[in-house]
Amino acid sequence: MRVPILKQGDYLIASIQSALSDQELLQLRDDLAEQAGRFRSRGIIIDVTVLDVMDSFACRTLRSIAHILRLRGAQTAIVGIQPEVAFAMVQLGLALGEVQTALDLEEGLALLSERTKRGGVSEK
Amino acid sequence: MKSEARVPIRSGADIVTARLEGRQLASQAGFNGSDLTVIATAISEVARNIVEYARKGEITLCIIQEGNKRGLRVEARDAGPGIPNIGLAMQDGYSTGRGLGLGLPGTRRLMDDFTIHSKVGEGTLVVATKWIR
Amino acid sequence: MEERKRTRISTPSSSAIAEASPESTVALLRELVAHLRENRTQLREEWVRRITESKLLTAMTREEIFAEATSVYDNYVAVLESGSVEALQAYARDLSERIIPRGVETHEVVGIVLLLRDVLARSLFKKYQSDFGLLNRVLDAYEPAANRIANTVAVSFVQERERIIRQQQEAIRELSTPVLQVRERLLILPIIGVIDPQRARQVTEQLLRGIRSNRAKVVVIDITGVPAVDSTVANHLVQTVDASRLMGATVIVTGLSSEIAQTLVTIGVDLSKMKTVGDLQGGIEEAERLLGYKVMMEQTADKPLS
Repeated sequence: MRVPILKQGDYLIASIQSALSDQELLQLRDDLAEQAGRFRSRGIIIDVTVLDVMDSFACRTLRSIAHILRLRGAQTAIVGIQPEVAFAMVQLGLALGEVQTALDLEEGLALLSERTKRGGVSEK
Repeated sequence: MKSEARVPIRSGADIVTARLEGRQLASQAGFNGSDLTVIATAISEVARNIVEYARKGEITLCIIQEGNKRGLRVEARDAGPGIPNIGLAMQDGYSTGRGLGLGLPGTRRLMDDFTIHSKVGEGTLVVATKWIR
Repeated sequence: MEERKRTRISTPSSSAIAEASPESTVALLRELVAHLRENRTQLREEWVRRITESKLLTAMTREEIFAEATSVYDNYVAVLESGSVEALQAYARDLSERIIPRGVETHEVVGIVLLLRDVLARSLFKKYQSDFGLLNRVLDAYEPAANRIANTVAVSFVQERERIIRQQQEAIRELSTPVLQVRERLLILPIIGVIDPQRARQVTEQLLRGIRSNRAKVVVIDITGVPAVDSTVANHLVQTVDASRLMGATVIVTGLSSEIAQTLVTIGVDLSKMKTVGDLQGGIEEAERLLGYKVMMEQTADKPLS
């Protein structure tokens, strides 16, 4: 089940629909890298609202996605981390590092538009 | 309604299965929403360790009762290479694979009781329990 | 000396009977299950009569008692037959969930199950009274099973009660730890008093849910009312800050006395990770600034506050 990716102007929005297998997560990484390059996207939103668990693999992969996309000139925002997931993540000791997070899609788009307006890639 | 589940772990897909079984059993036992996620996350970590280091193993989940405490016990068992230095393995950030090195110490933080037995050349057993508060 | 020789061995002492082979126990159980099914109607009525006589289940109407008695009876016999406790546990939990809100108490549940056990036991006495040896063997098969059933139902009921009490306590705790929304997108969490780890967890969970439901962009956590901070509390605080940020909220910690700040640094908390402001008022102003609110106070300095 491939994660659907929507193009909205300069942004790509990937909405995760269900619990992802490792394979599917890596597939998402490749799809986003490819599309960000093709469309010269400036911002990517990954919506994880539906994810019921964020483990170390998912965290690692999301960070590497953000890293790869930054190399392609795009900023990434992870949106929709649920309360229980956020809580479990901090207890486990996971951190998203410099990867930006926002409450939901609306906030994520607002965040990216503010960040990408400043011109170029900037740290959080 | 069962009170135990065994999930053979051979691939990444089994990690998801183990998580779902864990969530279901924990829900049955009466854990609240937040704990369900914590338990599923811990299961994901130990199952992942099996896949990454031992290739295959088994996760046993069971609802247990101790006096008037009810809990879920997670046993992750494999016949893999074993852990030469458990002390090191229990340190945050230490990883001999591509991982973040948080799986074991993280699982201990997520769960209430945690024990680990490992012998090089024989395998590893992690037993972790979460109690309903 | 018994006349009836329907069975192979006829021994008077119960200890020898206890070593009866599993097959004969199974066969006996099957026989008595059949008997209990055949006589279902009258045994059930007898049981309901005794329940009413003992003044149990007074919170329920006669029809309700009869309806529940029917399903308990059938479940009881089914468990005797299958030996499976899981189905019984599930049923007992379900039953408890229904009757606890009706005000049924533990002694009533234990009472009615024991009454059923007795009613059935007497019926077995009556049936096998002419063959004492057989009666003993039947009871040997029946008693452990019946006692297990009584135990299971009682324990399930108590567990269900405890679960409900815990839920209610949780609800009370939530009410006493308010997460306040004072402005749009701004939440304030004043922490007062000594926090045990369980309450700390519960407070964090409540805050995170509050961030989602209020769409908060800024959270002010005020620890003015916290007398002391040890490494456990410090860790909880850091976790709360980190988790809030994962949900896209900025956290401002206020009320950090210099002693507490010192403690946190000693413990190894990276204070640069969190915004700190001296007092709550200052924290709220900083929050409003972050949210883009204009502070109107300077412009109306001459006018009296209404």
